[in-house]
Amino acid sequence: MTTIPKVRYSRRTLLKSGAAALAATALPAPMVMGQESKNITLRQFGTGVSNLNEVATKVKEDLGITLEMTALDTDSVTQRAATQPDSFDIADIEYFVAKKVWPSGNLQAMDASKIANYDKIVGIFRNGKLTPESTIAQGTAPHTVGFVEGPGGTSFVDNESGWMTLIPTIYNADTLGIRPDLIGRPIESWTELLNPEFAGKASILDISSIGIMDMAMVCEAMGEIAYGDKGNMTREEIDKTIAIFTEAKKNGQFRAFWKSFSESVELMASGEVVIQSMWSPAITAVRSQGIPCVYQPLKEGYRSWGGGIGLSASLSGMELDAAYEYINWYLSGWVGGFLMRQGYYSAVPETSKEFMSENEWGYWFEGKESTGDITSPFGDKLAGSGEVRDGGSFYDRMGAVACWNSVMDENQYMVRKWNEFIAA
Amino acid sequence: MALILLAFLVGPIIMIVIVSFWGATEYSIYPAFQFDNYEFLFGSSVTYTVFFNTFKYAAITWALTLTIGFTVAYFLAFEVRTLKWQIALFLICTIPFWTSNIIRMISWIPFLGRNGLANTTLISWGVIDEPLEWLLFSDFSVILAFVHLYTLFMVVPIFNSMMRIDRSLIEAARDGGASGWQTLRHVIIPLCKPGIMIGTIFVTTLVMGDFITVRFMSGSQRANVGRLISNDISLLQYPSASATAVILLATVLIVIGLLLRLVDIRKEL
Repeated sequence: MTTIPKVRYSRRTLLKSGAAALAATALPAPMVMGQESKNITLRQFGTGVSNLNEVATKVKEDLGITLEMTALDTDSVTQRAATQPDSFDIADIEYFVAKKVWPSGNLQAMDASKIANYDKIVGIFRNGKLTPESTIAQGTAPHTVGFVEGPGGTSFVDNESGWMTLIPTIYNADTLGIRPDLIGRPIESWTELLNPEFAGKASILDISSIGIMDMAMVCEAMGEIAYGDKGNMTREEIDKTIAIFTEAKKNGQFRAFWKSFSESVELMASGEVVIQSMWSPAITAVRSQGIPCVYQPLKEGYRSWGGGIGLSASLSGMELDAAYEYINWYLSGWVGGFLMRQGYYSAVPETSKEFMSENEWGYWFEGKESTGDITSPFGDKLAGSGEVRDGGSFYDRMGAVACWNSVMDENQYMVRKWNEFIAA
Repeated sequence: MALILLAFLVGPIIMIVIVSFWGATEYSIYPAFQFDNYEFLFGSSVTYTVFFNTFKYAAITWALTLTIGFTVAYFLAFEVRTLKWQIALFLICTIPFWTSNIIRMISWIPFLGRNGLANTTLISWGVIDEPLEWLLFSDFSVILAFVHLYTLFMVVPIFNSMMRIDRSLIEAARDGGASGWQTLRHVIIPLCKPGIMIGTIFVTTLVMGDFITVRFMSGSQRANVGRLISNDISLLQYPSASATAVILLATVLIVIGLLLRLVDIRKEL
């Protein structure tokens, strides 16, 4: 399990470095008069994808704010945001989690007028449209849970009210990952996940809220189920979906299910699995081991997700100002460039452009052929000269989103059925 | 002592029992007195499958750890002559415990994998032509990991019991004309009962309460009660998790109660 170089997603190492950060802040740092934010510590938690130590180091350098990071898995993130409001200042969560967590009152709405780059934020997070002609995909589209009516607002509104629940930070379009060398033929549809050809060599992720969507993409592509809204299924739709996958499971279709990022990398890199649900940086991690792995664009489209940072309801005064300062810094480009060079997208792409080389911008954002080696921010070579990103440009990929990660009205029922599926 | 037990054992258990009657929404739990959690638990066929699985793992693991543990302890206690070597070999048994049990468990994964060491070796020996799929992410790998992790919990108490056996009893048995097998059957095993029982309690409670081994070694494809509880917790369904925990606790207590009726440990020690 230690063969993945430079991937900083292990919960253990992150906790460890979190502890180190804690130890560091316990020591008195030299104070500069007149810059109070120098002394401020903000506690942020989130999933491994964006909780990166490099961000903490850079924000300390640029703003003097100490950022204590805690990385958790998707479920634990929800849990902490909903149940331990005093344990964090900044929650780095996904939009669909916001739908679940907002009613708990643990987060406060943000004043959009204090966000310098608000007008440059991609349309997906404002009115839901990537371009004026775009249609909005199914599921919990970020803009539907992105705004509330005012400070202290408890219900979401469908317009840009100026009070945001989360500031978008990072998002991507997910699809299936494949091992082209072991499959040896083109893969074009989500249906391939259940193709008996890959019996015992397929995998799906064991995070119910996301897994059910991947299942739905497959069932819909197979023509077995026509969903009203994949992001908000009826009980009947849930039953049918789970039934199809339970049967496949009993027939030995799946090698394993994965729950953490590193498990998905291991499954793919070791060849246990040749086709599975996967996240973009996991593909990168497999490739950086020199193993071919493709983030396969599929004709039915992508399942997409978006994350953002929210402010704890208990933040006020100087800490709150520092948090706004941090958010403005987050959107000002450096972090965006750092994330985009790993294959994610930034909420304000145009500011990130300044922090990427022309070749990087062309490869990652515009879908152009690379003119030289593409390396990750950690120094691993991800692509050589003349290669094109899987799925193409930003507009090709984000424009083909079929569904957003979501929380359904029947979520509790779905979770129970999911447990049955795992135990079946 | 009583205070510590009250604060850290009895208190939390009472809390779990109380919460098991509460209700839950997506993001919060609210005090109530309702039987919904138990109704759902007993009404779902998954519960029975999962409890059955848990018992299955416990029973098979118990049988294997007992056989291996007893053999190892017997060797240490009766075959190794000097105390110095007994201590040295016993310490060697504990070496794997110098690393975390999660690491010991996870290291099986690359070993048993499709292209892992086990399969490549077997193929190169010509024993098999195709990699064995059932080596990993199966009941086999789960039980293998359990046995690997918990055999020492059998060895230690049984070894301890054996060391207390008065050697003259064994000589007497031999003098009386008993064969090695008869000595084992009628002298050693009965005198080892407390050790066996303590080992059994360790192993069954550890296996029945486990969730992480099952998750990793089965590639999340199998479930036991522990996983049911951990899934509920991760989805904020604390009341339902508590209800499952209460049932599991009751089951384990019944099992231990039955075991203790077989051997009166207090008297034997």
